[in-house]
Amino acid sequence: MIQYIIRRFLYAIPLLFGVNVLTFVLFFIVNSPDDMARMQLGQKHVTEQAVENWKQQRGYHLPLLWNDQQQGIKKVKETIFYQKSVNLFLFQFGISDSGRNIGADIKQRMWPSLAVALPTLLVGLLVNITVALMMVLFRGSYLEFSSIVLCVILMSISSLFYIIGGQFVIGKLLKLVPISGYDGGLDAIKFLVLPVIISVIAGIGSGARWYRTLFLEEVNKDYVRTARAKGLTETQTLFRHVLQNALIPILTGVVVVLPLLFMGSLILESFFSIPGLGSYTIDAINRQDFAIVRSMVFLGSVLYIFGLLLTDISYTIVDPRVRLS
Amino acid sequence: MTEALLTVNGLSVAFNQDDNVVDDISFEVFPGETFALVGESGSGKSITALSVLRLLPGNAKLTASEIDFAGENLLAIPEMDFCQIRGRRIAMIFQDPMTSLNPVMTVGDQIGEVLELHFSWAKQAIKQRTLELLEQVEIPDPERRYRDFPHQLSGGQRQRVMIAIALAGEPHLLIADEPTTALDVTIQEQIMELLERIQKQTGMALWLISHDLALVSNIADRVAVMQNGKIVEMGCNEAFFVHPKHAYTQELLAALPSMDSCLNHLKKEKPSLLKLTDFKVYYPIRKGIFKRVVDHVKAVDGVSFELQQGKTLALVGESGCGKTSLGKGLLNLIPGTSGEVLFEGVSLNQLQGDELRLKRSEMQIVFQDPFSSMNPRMLVGEIIDEGLRALHSDISAAERREQVVHLLQQVDLPVSSAYRYPHEFSGGQRQRICIARALAVKPKLIVCDEPTSALDVSVQAQIIELLKNLQQEQGLSYLFITHNIAVVAEIADEVAVMNQGKIIEYGHVEQVLKNPVNEYTRSLLNAVPVLKIT
Amino acid sequence: MTILWTDALIFFLVLMMLVLGFYLRGKEHLRRPIGKVTASRVGMMSLVILVFFGMIGLLDSIHFKPANDKSNEIISLLDYWTTSIRQQQEKTYSSPFAAYSYSKENITTDDGRQLWTYPRLKYGGAHLKNPDIKKTHDIMQKAAIGFTKGAGLFAFFFILLLSFFKERKQTILKGTAAKPVWMIIFIIVSGSYMLIDLSGFYHVLGTDKVGEDVFYQAVKSIRTGLVIGSLTTLIMLPLAIIFGIMAGFFRGWVDDVIQYIYTTLNSIPGVLLIAASILMVQVYMANNEDQFTSLVVRADMRLLFLCLILGVTSWTGLCRLLRAETLKLREMEYVQAAQALGVRRRIILMRHILPNVMHIILISVVLDFSSLVLAEAVLSYINIGVDPTTYSWGNMINSARLEMAREPIVWWSLMASFLFMFTLVLAANIFADTVRDAFDPRRADND
Repeated sequence: MIQYIIRRFLYAIPLLFGVNVLTFVLFFIVNSPDDMARMQLGQKHVTEQAVENWKQQRGYHLPLLWNDQQQGIKKVKETIFYQKSVNLFLFQFGISDSGRNIGADIKQRMWPSLAVALPTLLVGLLVNITVALMMVLFRGSYLEFSSIVLCVILMSISSLFYIIGGQFVIGKLLKLVPISGYDGGLDAIKFLVLPVIISVIAGIGSGARWYRTLFLEEVNKDYVRTARAKGLTETQTLFRHVLQNALIPILTGVVVVLPLLFMGSLILESFFSIPGLGSYTIDAINRQDFAIVRSMVFLGSVLYIFGLLLTDISYTIVDPRVRLS
Repeated sequence: MTEALLTVNGLSVAFNQDDNVVDDISFEVFPGETFALVGESGSGKSITALSVLRLLPGNAKLTASEIDFAGENLLAIPEMDFCQIRGRRIAMIFQDPMTSLNPVMTVGDQIGEVLELHFSWAKQAIKQRTLELLEQVEIPDPERRYRDFPHQLSGGQRQRVMIAIALAGEPHLLIADEPTTALDVTIQEQIMELLERIQKQTGMALWLISHDLALVSNIADRVAVMQNGKIVEMGCNEAFFVHPKHAYTQELLAALPSMDSCLNHLKKEKPSLLKLTDFKVYYPIRKGIFKRVVDHVKAVDGVSFELQQGKTLALVGESGCGKTSLGKGLLNLIPGTSGEVLFEGVSLNQLQGDELRLKRSEMQIVFQDPFSSMNPRMLVGEIIDEGLRALHSDISAAERREQVVHLLQQVDLPVSSAYRYPHEFSGGQRQRICIARALAVKPKLIVCDEPTSALDVSVQAQIIELLKNLQQEQGLSYLFITHNIAVVAEIADEVAVMNQGKIIEYGHVEQVLKNPVNEYTRSLLNAVPVLKIT
Repeated sequence: MTILWTDALIFFLVLMMLVLGFYLRGKEHLRRPIGKVTASRVGMMSLVILVFFGMIGLLDSIHFKPANDKSNEIISLLDYWTTSIRQQQEKTYSSPFAAYSYSKENITTDDGRQLWTYPRLKYGGAHLKNPDIKKTHDIMQKAAIGFTKGAGLFAFFFILLLSFFKERKQTILKGTAAKPVWMIIFIIVSGSYMLIDLSGFYHVLGTDKVGEDVFYQAVKSIRTGLVIGSLTTLIMLPLAIIFGIMAGFFRGWVDDVIQYIYTTLNSIPGVLLIAASILMVQVYMANNEDQFTSLVVRADMRLLFLCLILGVTSWTGLCRLLRAETLKLREMEYVQAAQALGVRRRIILMRHILPNVMHIILISVVLDFSSLVLAEAVLSYINIGVDPTTYSWGNMINSARLEMAREPIVWWSLMASFLFMFTLVLAANIFADTVRDAFDPRRADND
């Protein structure tokens, strides 16, 4: 068991290394730092000196992989790869292209992201499972049929529409909550209600449908027939046996995204001006701040791989078949 | 005569808009008796049982003029109250104990659930009773097993747990739907004995559903035979087995393999075709952080035997004994084999490349499951043709077509079959196609991996007949792998009994079946249900 | 004739589909699922809508330089046919069917007075003397005439069809899904005729900030949506199929390597990988401007890159499914029988594995289509989607949402893009469901 976890842990290292090499190639090989400098400084009439200065300031003046001018270990250390990529492993994100400390920004901004994403996930899970259970309980009836139709319609609407429509109706017409913004402490709640409601509604269509298929798969299994033969009612069977079994894939599916909640949601945060990591990333993309984008790519992968690890562990906890063999 | 416990009158069941699967049947089950409903697959026997308990899937349509249980009209009970019948007054056990138990619930909870549902007892009482039940179904160390999950138990123990669940409600009628089909013979015998014992203790009625006439003849008081949704014959045990009236029943009884048929087998020495020396199939067990191979599962652990030309060697054993690994390892379908294989005096270990491929193709295989052994996307003609195309690319298409026609005739299938898809054929017909596919490359040896286990008795006999005829015509040798020692007498010249990867008894069929030396062989033989005619 | 990269690929895709259809025609095992699809009413209705959208997209994919035009502009067949709508450009916003502009302006009346009022539009409702009184009546009248013309056209072709295929009359009229299908074709033909008719006189869905017709924009965006949905699949399929099947079939180190590749790719959050790649494309394009002769070519390159990147990020899901299925299939007894017969591995892959995973590929392709169309809008919204000059629903939303704060609210751009997108995605989703129900063997057993 512990060996298994260690094994999974070790497997994360080559994965992260792969991510690192990939981002390095994307950011430094496909386009050279010179190209980036020219892009940032404006296309025309850029002097060689200005480009050099720009690179110098941000540490892009070093050679890519191998520094011939240095001695000993510094041959490796004084390179862009080491400075920019390897340091990520130590969670030293460095300075953004616009001169801010990325590490500090991330620390500060991940909490608002979490404050939106976590309630969204939990409420969404609750709502989706409830809807899916109702559909399975009333299977074959018109209630189920109309819910399926509703789900298909809901999932055919662009998430942008949910946000714009939600902001318009709840925020602007009804004036129930502020349209956007964020505040520290408990005041945050009034800003969080709207984004959470909107993203839960936006997720019902696909979520409920997905859980329904999971439940239906279980319902057709033999042990459910045994449960009925014992004398359990349809509802008891569903709650005691089907739910219990279907929760295993559901929970492990949730566990994998848990760490990623810190990353926040890109569009939601930018629409509601929530100062989380999502809007941070969007701003960086729009400002073409490569250092931040690179850091976020790495952070995202670390969190995802951590999520995979958690999934493996959670399987061994939740599923007796895995735990005891 | 006493009052019937269960009376079913004019029961019909249909799925969607199709024809009736169960067609206007009537029968009774009396208190304390064992009533057996026998039939081949698809005859509607399980559907009958499920419909009495209202466990049919949603698209089934049930009509009946009367279903009475202990004087109560079951048809009139609303769904809400029917839960008081299920589990409490009529209980049921199913065929496959692995899938029929909830995998994430402990054994104790699954039994206790019934008690909790039907009796208003305290927690302690429920646990006490659960342990008693586990003891009653003879599970060793009930205290420990109480907390176990189904996957930690063996197949036989799981079925015992199923029985405990059924007994928990103290029902008056226990429906057992093929309770031993998924189990090995020795376990099967134990479970049947257990059921008999418990029936005596509790005095409940047992309604046994089975395809196995021999098994039924040992236990049933009354027997009914179903065919295509109808009950064709019903009667008391003696009358039924001694003087079967209906032609179908007679046919079924005649098709049962008999131990006596081994008298007419070859004893003459023939040249050797296949000789295995110290043959092993090991599966690596990987452990630790780097998944190093720490040990091996010894599926086949040093087996040696010799098969002569034109003869049949039966490889007998229970599930997990390594017999299938041996067959597949011989054809190199699984990795990790070692040991010397002499085929027609040539050592396969020393051949390589195309030479090996050609030599190996002289050994072919026929599988157990006629449904997964053919690519559903290919025409039967293409399937039979496949080996020819792979091995003899020089043969013209017309010649190949001729070959396919010839092969289809050999296995008694209409020539038109070549242009149809596998799903249009029945299980027995599919098995014939598989045999034709194997024959196409003119093999000298065919490994028959339980070729008849998935088939009904009557079809089983036909396939064995076909195999025997082919052997006589073409001088084929068979390595016949089976768990059913009763079939062995019909086809084998020699028998090897396998247990835990080793051959524990090996000899001429008559000698092994009549005078087994090994203890295990003897228990295998004793466990086989034999038609008991009193 | 100018062939853009995406045009070429789209027609290649259409060709592939035709070839595949021809190859699979009459295959026995497909008859039942295809029959199931054709018998499904909603499924066939959504298919008709999809085909209609597809035809518009194809029309929009034949590009050329107009001979009489001096500018270096590349236009498509669709542009050519809608030249009037395209060129009837107003100054700024106007609401649907408006005759007056959205914002007030200083205008000089005929008698020389200066007036601060809503000016008449240059084209929208320009044929009316007094739009305040006559407009509603005129719209109704023009709509009715247009609809009738469309209906007449439909009737003409319908009768023509019936007379040509006399002996197949029964299948044309009596099939399970025949009635709804003809209904929806009737609505589409008459409806679009009506809209085209009206567009000559009004801006049916208003105009945007620079006065461009929104209806035209929304129609032009269809191609973008379709390209993203289909070309991405074209790029993703070979990767997913080859890697998935190889990993499942060969196992061992091949499997390890492929699993490593897709886990690595998967671990980078998709949006970020797309963002990073698009940023790089931007840098590249900014530094190599001379390679892109015109705006259209440049925008097309970016569209192609987007498809490429989306393809690279989205093959992993299907790959994993195929790997799992292949692992299952290779243990099937017919594969083992083929091995025993001495069939070579290459042929086993082609003959036994590939045909038996086809249903998974098909289902995943149709399921992915709608999510890709939706993804385009989101990506364009955060500026990492298509080029800002490309017509796309995402760009429409992006430029329109800032106007939500205006009074009175400018809603038509948003509404138009949502309606078009919703129709396409809903049709795709319903069709995907139909296909899945028909082709998934596990679902087929249930009924």
